[in-house]
Amino acid sequence: MTAQTAPVVKASDYKSDIKPVWCPGCGDYHVLLSLTRALAQLGLRSEEVAVISGIGCSSRIPAYVNCYGFHGVHGRSLPLGTGLKVARPDLTVIVAGGDGDGFSIGGNHFLHACRRNIDVTYIVMDNRVYGMTKGQPSPTTEPDWDSALSPGGTGLSPFHPLVIALASGANFVARAFSGDPARTGEMLVEAIRHPGFSFVQILSPCVTFRPDERAWKELVHPAPVEPTDDPARAARRIMTDDGFNIGILYRGNRTPYPLGKRGPQKDPEELGEMFAI
Amino acid sequence: MTEETVPARASVPGPESIESVEELLAHAYMIEVDATERYLMLADQMDVHNNPELTGLFRKLASHEEHHAQEILEQARGMTLPQLKPSEYKWGDFEGPEAAVLDEAHYLMTPWHALQMALAAEKRAFAFFDRLADTAGDDEMRKWAKEFREEEAEHVRLVEDLLKRYPEPPEDWDEDPDPPVYPE
Repeated sequence: MTAQTAPVVKASDYKSDIKPVWCPGCGDYHVLLSLTRALAQLGLRSEEVAVISGIGCSSRIPAYVNCYGFHGVHGRSLPLGTGLKVARPDLTVIVAGGDGDGFSIGGNHFLHACRRNIDVTYIVMDNRVYGMTKGQPSPTTEPDWDSALSPGGTGLSPFHPLVIALASGANFVARAFSGDPARTGEMLVEAIRHPGFSFVQILSPCVTFRPDERAWKELVHPAPVEPTDDPARAARRIMTDDGFNIGILYRGNRTPYPLGKRGPQKDPEELGEMFAI
Repeated sequence: MTEETVPARASVPGPESIESVEELLAHAYMIEVDATERYLMLADQMDVHNNPELTGLFRKLASHEEHHAQEILEQARGMTLPQLKPSEYKWGDFEGPEAAVLDEAHYLMTPWHALQMALAAEKRAFAFFDRLADTAGDDEMRKWAKEFREEEAEHVRLVEDLLKRYPEPPEDWDEDPDPPVYPE
């Protein structure tokens, strides 16, 4: 940049006029910052992007981004995003939400969105708790997390979203940390650019119900290896890491679902006649 | 964990890796831009959570930082500063040193807390330029680093003076008889 000029598109251009209502201290503020920085880096116009979500604190994010958006039904953000991408392949479709919305209520959709490998980016702001409904354990909560609502912990093994995404067919798998917006933003840039289904788990602390998660900034560490395109190698890495390994863990070559018309198209009225009683 | 791990923030290159006056000025400018952005985010948070005193204070802090950013652009007039991606800045940490730490925010925070945040940010910026002044590769870079270090020292003094107006709040400052969320 020269001293007097600014970049053509700034991250602030992607912020809407609506102020976030997240708790002060929430990691999702940093995710919003990372996402707007990523969109600025990609140089996408607002009308070229759609952010789709489900329900939960993090699912409020479409309102805060200056582009097309849809705040959908609980757990159904991926079907919405899939439908939109199929209908409008020209749009950059970003689906976003939390761990409860994505892995519990929307768990089945998560598996099949990975399997379909449609060219969308799925961001899960994982705080290992249902924040909006006052702190119930989510699918990624540690089995021994003791709280008034889960005395002694649930005793349940947590869901491993990254390895499940990999095994189900996702083409790009990464883990980021909200408190590192610079690298998170660039990971989102790579995820959006990569063809097929890109899944980015962002560790995003809930300071209200999980104040212990403030310590994550001391626990995260960069993945000490380059991204691989070998799913078996990626799976081994993900299954043996400590859950705080930050970076692109799988950058695959799986063929994305081909968008556009497939095969001869039938007239809807003709189809309707087949089902007439 | 089977592979060798290094804390993420420790793996970010620090100011000693800055190689030119132009790169140094790009960092100095971005320090102020980050600080402005962060104070504006905090002002919005306090506005939403009905803490008007802090909304005003954070907006004022943002306005000061924005002014500093413009001053640096003036100082850099005639130079071509490098266009760096966010992850190419050599902060030695996740973010620019003067960016307020968002996870320390609380909806009931007081001016004392806000100014403590600002003080910590100014001190980090001072330490950044201090480290740069110690390690800069040539006299010109050292001169700029020392100049910015002095400016940050002045900002530290200003915030310390402001803090004298606000006594430390009592320990129960965050107790709310009618909180917006009830952890069960």
